[in-house]
Amino acid sequence: MRTLKYSEALSEGIVRAMERDPNIYMTGIAVDYPSGIFGSTVEATRRFGPKRVFDSPAMENALTGIAIGAAAMGKRPIIVHPRNDFMFLAFDMMINLAAKWKYMYGGNAGSVPIVVRAVIGKGWGQGASHSQSLQSVLGHFPGLAVVMPAFPRDAKGLMLAALTHHSPVIMLEHRTLYDTTGEVPETDEPTPIGKAAVVRPGRDISIVATSFMAYEALHAAEQLAKEGVEAEVVDARSIRPLDEGTILSSVRKTGRLIVADTSWELCGFSSEVAALAAEKAFDALKAPVRRIAMANSPAPVSQPLEKAFYPSATTIAKAALSMLGKFSSSLGDIDREDNFKGPY
Amino acid sequence: MSAIPTFKDPDPSRHSDLPSETEARLFRSMYRVRHAEESLAELYKEKEMRTPTHFGIGQEAVAVGICEALRKDDVVYSHHRCHTHYLAKGGSLLGLVAELYGRVDGCSRGRGGSVHLTDRSVGFVGSSPILGQSIALATGSALAFRMDDAPRVAAAFFGEAVCEEGIVYEAMNYASVNRLPVLYVCENNFYSTESSAATRQPPGTELCERARAFKIAAEKIDGNDVAAVYGAARRALEHVRGGKGPFFLECETYRWREHVGPMYDHELGRTYRSKDEVEQWKKRCPVARAERRLLAAGISSADQIESWKAETRAEFDEVVRRAKASPWPDPASLFDNVY
Repeated sequence: MRTLKYSEALSEGIVRAMERDPNIYMTGIAVDYPSGIFGSTVEATRRFGPKRVFDSPAMENALTGIAIGAAAMGKRPIIVHPRNDFMFLAFDMMINLAAKWKYMYGGNAGSVPIVVRAVIGKGWGQGASHSQSLQSVLGHFPGLAVVMPAFPRDAKGLMLAALTHHSPVIMLEHRTLYDTTGEVPETDEPTPIGKAAVVRPGRDISIVATSFMAYEALHAAEQLAKEGVEAEVVDARSIRPLDEGTILSSVRKTGRLIVADTSWELCGFSSEVAALAAEKAFDALKAPVRRIAMANSPAPVSQPLEKAFYPSATTIAKAALSMLGKFSSSLGDIDREDNFKGPY
Repeated sequence: MSAIPTFKDPDPSRHSDLPSETEARLFRSMYRVRHAEESLAELYKEKEMRTPTHFGIGQEAVAVGICEALRKDDVVYSHHRCHTHYLAKGGSLLGLVAELYGRVDGCSRGRGGSVHLTDRSVGFVGSSPILGQSIALATGSALAFRMDDAPRVAAAFFGEAVCEEGIVYEAMNYASVNRLPVLYVCENNFYSTESSAATRQPPGTELCERARAFKIAAEKIDGNDVAAVYGAARRALEHVRGGKGPFFLECETYRWREHVGPMYDHELGRTYRSKDEVEQWKKRCPVARAERRLLAAGISSADQIESWKAETRAEFDEVVRRAKASPWPDPASLFDNVY
C-alpha cells in the first residue's frame, strides 16, 4: 500500500469528500494561503477555488454561527482553526447551539453537520495559549462528536466520516503528526466515528492513547518489546462517542491499563477512561490504572521547562515497566529527536 | 420616564400607500399574536407551563410588519422573546402552545420550551436565547443563499442589548464584506432585562450609526406602527434582494410585561421602570393603533373587526384544548435526537 504524510491524508480526505458533495465548503483564517494549513488545504484550494475554499476574518464565534446557519440551509461547512486555543472564542456557538441543535428543536429543525478542524500545537516554545488540546472539554457535551486521528490512515478516514456525519464533528489534529507518514488506502474507506483501534496487539499491558500520545505509545511499545514486554496499544480515535467495548476488552485481556492523553488529567480524557475501567472492568485489573497527561501547569516556553512539561514515549515505557514490577530494566531515554521548528 | 419615544403618534386617517387588504391583514395578524400572548400569559399563571417565558406583548408590530414583508421561503431567526416572530411568520399555534405545556405536539416535541421554537415549514428556522446567536445564524443562511444564487433572504430579530455583544460586529462586518442578503431587525425596547440604556450605552447613541460604520444601510423607525414597519421592511428587502448587501432596521418599541414571566413589573414591586411609563406606552399600543386606523380610514367596519376577533379567540381556545390533551413525551425517548 502507498504511504502518505498525515497532512496529505487529511487533504485527500477533504478533496475526495468535496468532489462528492458540492455542499461542502471550507473556511477559516488562512485556509487559502499558499501554505494552506500546513499543506492540508492546498489541493482543495487549487481544485475548488474561492467559491468553496475561502479565507475569513478573525471572528471565531460568528464564523461558527454562520456555519451553523449555512448548515441549516443544507451546506456542509468545514471551519479550520490553525490552533485549538482560538476555538474557545467559538464555544458559545459550538456548545450552546451546534451540539444541541437537533435535540432542543426535537429533531424538527433538522441537523447542522458542521465540521470543525483545529490543530494542537506543541514544541518550539509555542507556550500557554498555542498548545492546548481541547478534547476533554469538548468531549463533555452530548451532541458533539470529537475525533482525534493519530495516523494518516485515520486522518483521511475520519475526515471522510466527518464529512458525511449527521451531526457536528470536531476534529483535533496534532501539529506534530502532520509530517509523519503511514499507509493510506487509495480507496475511500471512512474510519467509523466512535470506534477505537488496536494498533498493536499485546498481552501484558494496555495503553489507551489519543492523538500524538498514540504515536508515542506505539514507539514505547516497540521499545518495550525489546524488554520482553508486550504492550497492547489502543488508539482511542474517537473521544465522543467513546468506544467502551474496545477499551474494556483490551483491559480484560491484559489486566493493566495506562491512559496517555494530550490534555490534562483532572476531569480529562485519561480520568474518564480510568473511571471506565474502574466501573466496568475492576475485577480484571491487576494493578492501579496509571494516567499520563500533560504536567499540571500551563504549557511553558523555555526548552528545559517544555521538556519537563510534555510526557513522551519514555514516560509511557517507564510507567509500563514499573507497573509490571520490572525495576531493573536497562531502558533509558527512548524519545525520538524533536525536529519541529515550524511553521507554526 | 427613561423610555422616551422618538416618534409621534401617527394620524389614523392619514393617507397610506398600502392596499386595504394589506392593512387588514397586518391588523389581523397582530391581533392574533396579541390574543395568543395575552391568553398564554393568563394561562401561565396556572403554573402548568413549566418553561421560562418571555412575552412580547407590546412588540407585535415589529414581528408582523417584518414577517408580512418577507416571502414564505425567506427564513427567520429569533431570540428569547420569540413567540411574536414565530406566529407572525406563520408558525403553528398548536406547536407553540403544546411546546409551552411540554407535550409531544410541541414544535420542538417538548425538548425546547418557550425559547427554542421552530417551524421549518414556514421558514421559522429557530429561536435561541443566547444574545447575538440569531444574527450569526441569519448571516450564515444568507451566505448559503448567496452560494446557491437563490433569491432568498434571511432575517434576524434581536433586542437592542445584543448591540452590546461582540458577535454582532463580527457578523455584520462579515455580511457587509460579502454583501450577504440578510436583514437585521433590532427591536429597541429600551431595557435589557431590568437594565436601562443609560447603564449600557453612551449618551446620544444611535444604533444605526453602528451599522453604518460597517457600511450597512440602516433606518430607524417607529416599531409600534405596523404600516411603518411593513413599509420600511419592503424597502429594506428590495435593497437586500437587489444584491446591495445587508440592511439594519432599528424598530423602537416597548415590552409591557416583566422581562420573563406573565406579570407587570409594578405588580411585583419592581422599580426599574414606573407603572406610569408602562401606561404611557400602552397608549401607543400597536394593535389598538392599527384597529383605529382600519376604522378611521373606512377599511373595515367594527362588526367585521369583531368577527375576526371572535374567529381568533375560537381558534385559540380550540388549540389550548388540543395542546392540553396532547400526550407527555415518553421518558424512554429522552435520548432521541442527541445525535
